[in-house]
Amino acid sequence: MLDDFMTRAMLAGVGVAFAAAPLGCFVVWRRMAYFGDATAHAAILGVALSLALETSIFAGALAIALAMAFTVSFLGRRGYAMDTVLGVLAHSALAFGLVAVSFLSGIRIDLMAYLFGDILAVSRGDLVVIWGGAALVVALIFWRWSALLTATLNEELAYAGGLDPRREQLVLTLSLAITVAVAIKVVGVLLIAALLIIPAAAARGLARTPEAMAGIAAMLGAFSAVAGLQGAYLFDTPAGPSIVCVAAVLFAASNLVGWQGRG
Amino acid sequence: MSLIAVQGLSVAYGANTVLRGVDLKVEPGEIVTIVGPNGSGKTSLLRAIIGAAEPAQGEIALKPGLRIGYVPQRLHIDRTLPITVERFMRLTGRVSRATCRAALEAAGVPDLLRRQMSQLSGGQFQRVLLAGALINRPEVLLLDEATQGLDQPGSAAFYRQIEAVRRDTGCAVVMISHELHVVMSASDRVICLNGHVCCEGTPAVVASAPEYRALFGTGTGGALALYRHDHDHGHDHDHPQSHEAAG
Repeated sequence: MLDDFMTRAMLAGVGVAFAAAPLGCFVVWRRMAYFGDATAHAAILGVALSLALETSIFAGALAIALAMAFTVSFLGRRGYAMDTVLGVLAHSALAFGLVAVSFLSGIRIDLMAYLFGDILAVSRGDLVVIWGGAALVVALIFWRWSALLTATLNEELAYAGGLDPRREQLVLTLSLAITVAVAIKVVGVLLIAALLIIPAAAARGLARTPEAMAGIAAMLGAFSAVAGLQGAYLFDTPAGPSIVCVAAVLFAASNLVGWQGRG
Repeated sequence: MSLIAVQGLSVAYGANTVLRGVDLKVEPGEIVTIVGPNGSGKTSLLRAIIGAAEPAQGEIALKPGLRIGYVPQRLHIDRTLPITVERFMRLTGRVSRATCRAALEAAGVPDLLRRQMSQLSGGQFQRVLLAGALINRPEVLLLDEATQGLDQPGSAAFYRQIEAVRRDTGCAVVMISHELHVVMSASDRVICLNGHVCCEGTPAVVASAPEYRALFGTGTGGALALYRHDHDHGHDHDHPQSHEAAG
């Protein structure tokens, strides 16, 4: 079954969607959308480094994504305005990454594959990495769910309950870096944030509890991956962007349903 | 032993010292009210007690295993986060629906279980926060201006609820308030804070203490002084840190 590239692509897309959904909910609730963007853009620098050092793309992207996430948190605490920090770091990381890639003249690199993903070229080994990473993220978030939710609602409430919000922030930062690293192959660094945010935002109007929102987001994300891939196959369109397009249509549809329900 | 024993506590944010040399003890079952002008370090004191602010100096000793219920000053729930009252109450522990219902009843708002937090009125919201703080049967309840945004009858009713909770559960209460005239009757002890403890004692003693009047004006009896004091007077912030505790 895994011999078929379409099957592998769908499994990869669904795996990433499962990890991105609960994490994406926190990204939306905590207004970290640009934080996700910055981490993802930095990953291209990681890709360049791992190509130069001939290590695995996953490891390089993970390392740089983590470094980026910590730099952003650090500068944010030092009193810089968050959107300025993110604007500076996200785009400079992307630019440095693109410049670094251009130095690697020895190898012919398909840059597009890293910017927009290359889900149809997912190998069995990639599948192991993607599902391993996704399982780790889902497990982390499941384990810390109540603590994360409390810390998201109110920092003092978390402290009074004996939790440390800084540790919960760390869990999210780590999950974000892992998700970025595994999602590069699927949608590429430019569209990872879309996969995090759009399914979660689409699920908002359909859910009454945080858990329901995460569950619905996972289903919408998985559906987007499968439907997007089939659309890409039918209409010969790029796969990663097609997945994001389906998610965007779902977002619009769920909002229309929500408005009608309220009206 | 005391539930909370704070000794010589100083809290600083960068170079800005907001609290210095604060001593505070909270005994089981008592209601302590902290009053003080804006920026007097009231919230920092509570934050230090729950561990959200690092003490620059001094010590905070909590009774081992102390169960704390905390009602924050303002809790903003992002519009993107759907959450029912019941789910909110279950955040910090595995509790049954019956327990949730009982806590809501104790806080004076039964029948809200299935409502969205975002659909509650200001008064209902604060009472749900109170119910959430009560759910783990706290030994001490910390309230940081819990009646902000409530009108006067609303906050009077809220404080009556707090008294009832103390009577029924025997938990100690430490609350920050600027409405001394409302909390007067409920408090066992009032601590007047302005970077340090200006004066403390029973509400009547504090209300007539010169340090308190210096901070809140010279109105009669102190009870209504909050609403009468003028902002054009100056008062000396450099007076020695330990006054004779007036009581």
